[in-house]
Amino acid sequence: MKVNLEQVNKTFPKGKNDSLHVLQDIDLKIEAGEFVSLLGPSGCGKSTILNLIAGLDHPTSGDVYVNGQKVKGPGTDRVVVFQQGGLFPWMNVLDNVTYGLLLKNMSKKEAQEKAMEGLRMVHLGNFTKSFPHELSGGMKQRVAIARSLVMDPDVLLMDEPFAALDEQTRIILHQELQEIWEKTGKTILFITHNIREALTLSERVLLMSTRPGAIKNSFTVQASRPRDPSDSVLVQLEKRVMSELEEEMEKVLKEEFGDGYRLKTSAVRDRNREHMGDHI
Amino acid sequence: MIVIVSTWEIISKSNLFPTFMFPPLLIPNDPGGVTVLSTFVNGLISGQILEATGVTLSRLLVGFAIAVVLGLTFGFLISRYKWVDDTLGFFVTALQSIPSIVWFPLAIVWFGLGNISILFIVAIGATWTMTVNSSTGFKNVPSLYLNAARTLGSSGFHLARTVILPASVPHLISGLRVAWAFAWRAIMAGELLGGSGGLGYLLDMGRSLQSMDLVLSIMIVIGIIGTIMDNQVFRRMERSVARKWGMGA
Ligand SMILES: Nc1ncnc2c1ncn2[C@@H]1O[C@H](COP(=O)(O)OP(=O)(O)O)[C@@H](O)[C@H]1O
Ligand SMILES: [Mg+2]
Repeated sequence: MKVNLEQVNKTFPKGKNDSLHVLQDIDLKIEAGEFVSLLGPSGCGKSTILNLIAGLDHPTSGDVYVNGQKVKGPGTDRVVVFQQGGLFPWMNVLDNVTYGLLLKNMSKKEAQEKAMEGLRMVHLGNFTKSFPHELSGGMKQRVAIARSLVMDPDVLLMDEPFAALDEQTRIILHQELQEIWEKTGKTILFITHNIREALTLSERVLLMSTRPGAIKNSFTVQASRPRDPSDSVLVQLEKRVMSELEEEMEKVLKEEFGDGYRLKTSAVRDRNREHMGDHI
Repeated sequence: MIVIVSTWEIISKSNLFPTFMFPPLLIPNDPGGVTVLSTFVNGLISGQILEATGVTLSRLLVGFAIAVVLGLTFGFLISRYKWVDDTLGFFVTALQSIPSIVWFPLAIVWFGLGNISILFIVAIGATWTMTVNSSTGFKNVPSLYLNAARTLGSSGFHLARTVILPASVPHLISGLRVAWAFAWRAIMAGELLGGSGGLGYLLDMGRSLQSMDLVLSIMIVIGIIGTIMDNQVFRRMERSVARKWGMGA
């Protein structure tokens, strides 16, 4: 087992004496080489889970294990691709990608060769001297993926990496990410609030409930790759996931707009059909 | 510019004031008489002004360098440790509001009248602004960069050098610019009051010799150096950072 969360709770302080219970009794297991998506509405605690695994934050109670080792802090065995990429604007593409490699005491030459390999994998071999601001959103995310992959992490953590991209770019990157996963066999935890994205990419989709965040259900996606959104397996599964997600949405809206609020379920479902499950 | 120069020239020649108070800029009032231009050129040729400029600039650079190092260090400590922020950070705001020349009497008692006292007030004049700006810069480094670096294996001094410092460069440059302006004011005040050598001292000499042509020449030098530093050094730094990183210019 690569990643294992046992009875993890996370509470953030809120105001002076209050606190916000974000994660409740999270049990989560990811096997080596698995591609797992964590799906849930915004604010349900997805990033918090990812940060706990990355070691950027600590659970209030419970334990996080990666490779059987308790997570105590950040480590290069777990690299993150953030939604905004997190490339350093003061470094060019090559320096961004070699950043972590040089920290591993690799020689400059070796690091650059490895970085080039990674950049070619994401089709950016010709952009080594460019600065991040000269790249499009999709190219930036490719560099961020290359920067993570060259570290050869045990687990690749991706926090809504394609959420800010346009639909066309996203579809291309979905394909590329599937190819990369098949080629490298990396264990990937992919966070998204987009059903279609979760179903297209992963082997298993973990659906989160919200306030407090908990793992509500787990769906295994048994569809052939490369995935085709019109595949009947995916269409059926999407309906099931959607109906469960709607319950969560309703809970959120009720809290935000008061108890009198009723979600017009059918309207949301129709709208989501048209927009391919985007931005639920 | 032309209007100012000709107005000055007319006032100078109108005999409203004695020539030593209002010396002509370009055209001598009586044959062979002094002009600011001639004093300026002569001062440059004889090396008097150049030498004084050299003395002032070297003091300024040393004092400024000390201030930058101290400011960066204090700024880093303030951003890093809450208790330093609560103590030093609080004082710095108060210290920043004290004009540095106010320290001069104290400096003379501590270090005697001379180089060290001047360096002291230059450094102290620039340190606090540098501290405030760098701590603001360090505190506002986006956590996205810090988290990205930490998951890639960076920490401690490496993190400070490769992420915290470059990410705060825009703040640091504006800090340098303001700190330089404070240092520049401080050194003039210091040299006027108690300098041996330097442009401020020459100004004071011009005053006691009642030669306003010398005073004005020095003012021109001061203006030129100030403009060059601001336009050529600091603004250029700002622009090149903005261009290279694609940050808002
Ligand atoms: N550092 C923090 N301090 C306080 N509250 C936080 C912090 N980080 C996240 N939260 C809160 O925890 C909840 C879950 O956040 P997050 O994990 O980012 O959600 P998601 O990634 O699913 O959109 C949100 O309500 C958010 O406001
Ligand atoms: Mg998030």
